[in-house]
Parts: sequence; structure tokens; C-alpha cells
Amino acid sequence: MASAHISSQATFAGRTSTAALSRRKLLQAAAAAGGGLMLSLHLPATRDAEAAGTDTFTPNAFIRIGGDGQIVLTMPYVEMGQGTYTSIPMLIAEELEVDLQQVRLEHAPPNEKLYANPLLGIQATGNSNAMRGAWKPLREAGATARTMLVAAAAKRWNVDPASCSAQRGEVLHAATGRRIKYGELAADAARMPIPKDVALKAPKDFKLIGTPAKRLDTPAKVNGTAVYGIDVRPPGVKIATLAQSPVFGGRVKSVDDAAAKAIKGVRQIVRLDDAVAVVADHMGAAKKGLEALVIEWDDGPNAKLTTTAIAAELETATLGPGAVAQNIGDAGQALAGAATRIDAIYQLPFLAHATLEPMNCTVHVRKDGCEIWVGSQAIARAQAGAAKILGLPLEKVVAHNHLIGGGFGRRLEEDGVVRAVQIAQQVDGPVKLVWTREEDIQHDMYRPYWFDRISAGLDAKGMPVAWAHRFAGRKASDAYGVSELGYSSHGLKRLLREQGFREIQRFHPVRKRLPSNAPRDVARHLAGPLVQRSLAPFLSQIWLRASAT
Amino acid sequence: MAFTLKVNGSPHSVDVDGDTPLLWVLRDVLGMTGTKFGCGMALCGACTVHVDGAPTRSCVTPVDSIGASEITTIEAIGKTAAGARIQKAWLDREVVQCGYCQSGQIMSATALLASNPRPTDSDIDDAMSGNICRCGTYVRIRDAIKQAANG
Repeated sequence: MASAHISSQATFAGRTSTAALSRRKLLQAAAAAGGGLMLSLHLPATRDAEAAGTDTFTPNAFIRIGGDGQIVLTMPYVEMGQGTYTSIPMLIAEELEVDLQQVRLEHAPPNEKLYANPLLGIQATGNSNAMRGAWKPLREAGATARTMLVAAAAKRWNVDPASCSAQRGEVLHAATGRRIKYGELAADAARMPIPKDVALKAPKDFKLIGTPAKRLDTPAKVNGTAVYGIDVRPPGVKIATLAQSPVFGGRVKSVDDAAAKAIKGVRQIVRLDDAVAVVADHMGAAKKGLEALVIEWDDGPNAKLTTTAIAAELETATLGPGAVAQNIGDAGQALAGAATRIDAIYQLPFLAHATLEPMNCTVHVRKDGCEIWVGSQAIARAQAGAAKILGLPLEKVVAHNHLIGGGFGRRLEEDGVVRAVQIAQQVDGPVKLVWTREEDIQHDMYRPYWFDRISAGLDAKGMPVAWAHRFAGRKASDAYGVSELGYSSHGLKRLLREQGFREIQRFHPVRKRLPSNAPRDVARHLAGPLVQRSLAPFLSQIWLRASAT
Repeated sequence: MAFTLKVNGSPHSVDVDGDTPLLWVLRDVLGMTGTKFGCGMALCGACTVHVDGAPTRSCVTPVDSIGASEITTIEAIGKTAAGARIQKAWLDREVVQCGYCQSGQIMSATALLASNPRPTDSDIDDAMSGNICRCGTYVRIRDAIKQAANG
């Protein structure tokens, strides 16, 4: 059924080899010397030092063609349902001149230089921008490889490269009817000079891009063979599950684990400052052990913090002074003089991402290094998180990415990896930490609570004249540099004008940064969507009122 | 305690507590990871397998309740006529997104088709309502079941 598949075996072999790692280092060094994020795509450093003596052609970080004809594409963005493991191969295959059925896919290893999203500056899949980021560089990657393969064939035949063409994984020489497969050219192509500039196809010549291709990841997802992070099973792996402090910032005061240890299949209880984990032969025993634990928590400084209190604090904040994002005219006066005034308050609750695949991460801590298996939207960040905890250099942490059963931003965060490493440090051999659904929801990195207070004034004809908006909330993420005022200037101004607010008098939001004891912060539903969720219904209300006038 | 389970036609001996949910025996003891863990409370349907052909939430099915019944999982559902039709329809209709729920969706859909070759929309909704898809592929799931039924 599957003509193309995602390499799951790479999880345990292949990409983890010393050769692969040192090749990566070489590429990384070259990319750094070139000074640009995407330079690795063009650099001669992509010449594979290890492969030079073999028959493998690795023109860049995204393409590997073996002497056996195997074409492997390395995916810089991770697949979590958005189709990137089909669209990205289409970009490369279009210019490489291979069929999608001829390629095998691999998850990219962590490498911020080679695999950074050009639009984000880090190796991350998020913000719905993979195609925009990959559009030119990955077509260039394919075109570069194709140009070198054609050059290798032309040299072998002693003909002008311009008289040759490529299609479906072969180079053709039309004048003589000769043809040769890419695999047979791999060794020679690896010795060809890397072209500085390659010509990209004109859109009218696209064979793949713009066509309704079948998704490459689907076959494995309908027969149970797809490997998500939670499906990893290194030999001898034990299964762990955990209880984290039910109050953010709380600590473990005491643990009675006698009953848990007596359960068949339970191997070990791991105690951390703010969590307890049960390590077992299987998740059934781990969960049963968890239920049998008697844990006493010290709830810490947030013991009395409630959602209600946070909401009240935000509401109060919208009545006080704050940063002004936009102030045109005098909204107060315009509202006072308006024929109709509409006031509304919107509150958005804390929201968990609730990915269907619960948080999980498999870790094997060894004396001299660490290996982690996880489905991550930011695998280099996951690697860095593990390295920091262990006090190891990055290259001592081998991180394997996997298919993701729901991301939504949750898997941009490395907290789950850090947690698994903390536990694995105390376990002999590999351990897979799987969060229960309850833990997954209770310890999400929540979208923050958000409070909007909006007023609009309409004139006698029902046309909008004034807009006043005060809001309070914590920005969705400190990690990504997104401002809660980010929506404030051009976007909203344009939106309001499009909606008819041509006489905007005043726009006056308030921001309030909650104290650090607020439950986490999040990496999803950034400021724009938060505000839009209030704006859309409020604008609808205005128009309903206006049309009734 | 030792149990002998018949999974996808083959006997497997496992030594676990009798109250161990079948899900963990499949995934962690037998290494058959196609069946997924979503909630552990029979609320999401990701863990659906067939026990004597009936769709069953393996996360709340104790291993000692199974006896000599035949267990079928996503790994072998393609060997049944209904399962093969459902899988083909899933591919033809491009149902899948992240795919994590789809093992369970396919097991529920196959059980429906095996017992009801011409399901109505209402039959489909009834049979599939316990299977949550976080990507929201429900419309294509229904189309695919109809294709499998008519094909």
C-alpha cells in the first residue's frame, strides 16, 4: 500500500550514526562560515566527507541519493496533520525531477543552522508558515541536486549537459536515447562542482506543485504502522507515568510508595521536587502504581490562587491606566454624544491544547550522553532542553523526531522533554514517560485568560462613530516575542475602517502583565487570535444593531 | 497472572494483573502500537479494537474479561473484507490529518460496515460518535464510510 514511507527505523539507526552526526557538524560549520541560515542549501560543504568514498550523493541537508537508487528527503518541518510531509517533498521533487513514489522521508535531526525555519529563525514548525519559508530554498535544493546529476551524466557520456534532461529519477540524452538512473550517478554527482545559481522551473512547467497529490503519510496512518513519539520502543524500554504538583509552584512534601511498589510490574518510584513518577513494565502497571501512591504536597505560594481571582484582577486592570496602543480623537466624547452605545465584556478562559496524543517522551540517559525520542515542533529546542538539564554539550544529546498526534503549539515547548529527562536520570536504561490524560490537561501550557472591555458608539443612522477597547491579559508567549499589543496598530485600524468606523475617535487598550504566579504561559493562540475572538462577535453585534436602526 | 490472548489470529501469552487494560497489553507488552492511547476512560475512542467483531474500548477492557474471544487490531483489520474497503476509502478520500485517532476511527467504521452494509447518516453518526478527531476530519470520515458501503 505504501509506496513512500517515513523512516521510522531511523529512530534507532541511520541518523544516529557517528558518520551522520559528524556530517551534520561539518555542514553546520560550513553554514556558520557562510553566515546565512539558508546558505547550507548552496554550499559545497554539503559535500559529504564520509560519503566521498562511497556512492552516496548528499548535495545538501535535504536530499540523499544512494548508489542503490534510494532517494531520501529530510523534512525540516514536522508532520502533525497539516500535510507538510507531502507539500515539502513536492517542492523538492518538482525540481529534482523525481516522482513522489520514489522518495523516502526522514525527520530532520536537531540543527538550528541547517533546518531553521527562515521566517522564524529557529528550527520550529508553527505559525502556519512552512510553505512560505520553504518555497524558494527547497526548490533550489532540488534544482541543485538535479543540475549535478545531469552534469555527472553528461560527463560520463561526454556530451553537453544542456543536451540532457532529467525526469522521474533518470537523466536522459534525447539525441542518443541514452538514460541512466540517479542511483547509478550518485557517486559521480557527489564529485561535481556545486552550481552557484540554479534555474528554477517556471510555474507553467510544474508537474507536481499545484496538483492534488495524495498525502505520503496517510498509508501508514490507516494500517497502524505510523510511528508517533508515543509508539517508540527502544529495546528494554520501561514505561513511566507521573503526578505533578496540582498547584503550580508546589512541591512534594512526602510520598508513601509502599502500596505502589507492591504492584506487579512496578519497578521503581522516582521522586522529584515537584513530581513523582512510577516506572513500570507497562503503562497499566504504571497507572495503577500512580493511583496507589500517597503523596502529600506543599502547595507553595500559589496555594490560594484561583481562576476567579485571576479574572477579577484582569477585570480591575481594564478600569485602570495602561499602555495606549492607539489614540485618535476623543472616543469618550464621541461615545457620550452617540445615538446608540453598545458595551460588551468578553472573557476567554484558560485553554489547554488537548492534543489527542498525550504528552510523552522517551529518554535513555547513559554515562556519556543521552538519546531522546519525541514528537516535537521544535526538536532542536527539545535537544537543548535535555542538554541543559544533563549538563551535556548538544552533540551528546541525540534527538529523534517523530510524527505528532496533534501539536497546536503545545509541542513547541520542551517542558515534557525536560520532565522525561529528569526522571530518566534516575532510571537505568531507556524509559518512556507517558502523561495520563488528566496530567496532560492539568499541566498544559495554557492559552492565557483574557479580558476585553469594548464600547462602540453609533450615530442616528446606525453608522459606527466611536470605538473604545480596553483589554487585559498576559501575552501568550514570552518565548516567541509576540506582543499583546501586536494587533493594535495597522491590522485593527484597517479592520475597523473596513467595518465602517471611518470616524474612529479613540482606541485605547490597556495591557496588564500578570505577576509570575499566573499558571504558566502559553505558546499558542497568540495575541492576535485572542483579540479577534472578541472582536468578531462584537462587530457582529454592532452590525445587528446598526441594521435594526 | 498468565493469560493467553488470541490477537489477530495468533495466541499470545502475557503475565500481567487481571485488571490490566487490554490497551497496555497490546501496546507495551506485545508491542502492537497501532492501537492508540488517548484518554484511558473510554471517552475518545482512539483505543478501539474488535473483540469477537464488536468495537471495544481497549483502555477500559480488563485483560481477564476477554477469555477466549478473538481480538482484532488495526494491524490486521485490512485482512477483513470490510476493513480493506474502509482503509481504501480512507486513502481515496484523504481522510487523515495528524492520524492519531484514525486507528480507532477505522476500527469503529469497520465494525459498523461489517454489521450494517448500508448505513444511513444516522447509523454512521451513532456508530462513530464516540470517536473524537482533534483535527476535525468528521466530514471526510462520513464520506469515506459511504464510499466503502457503496463501493
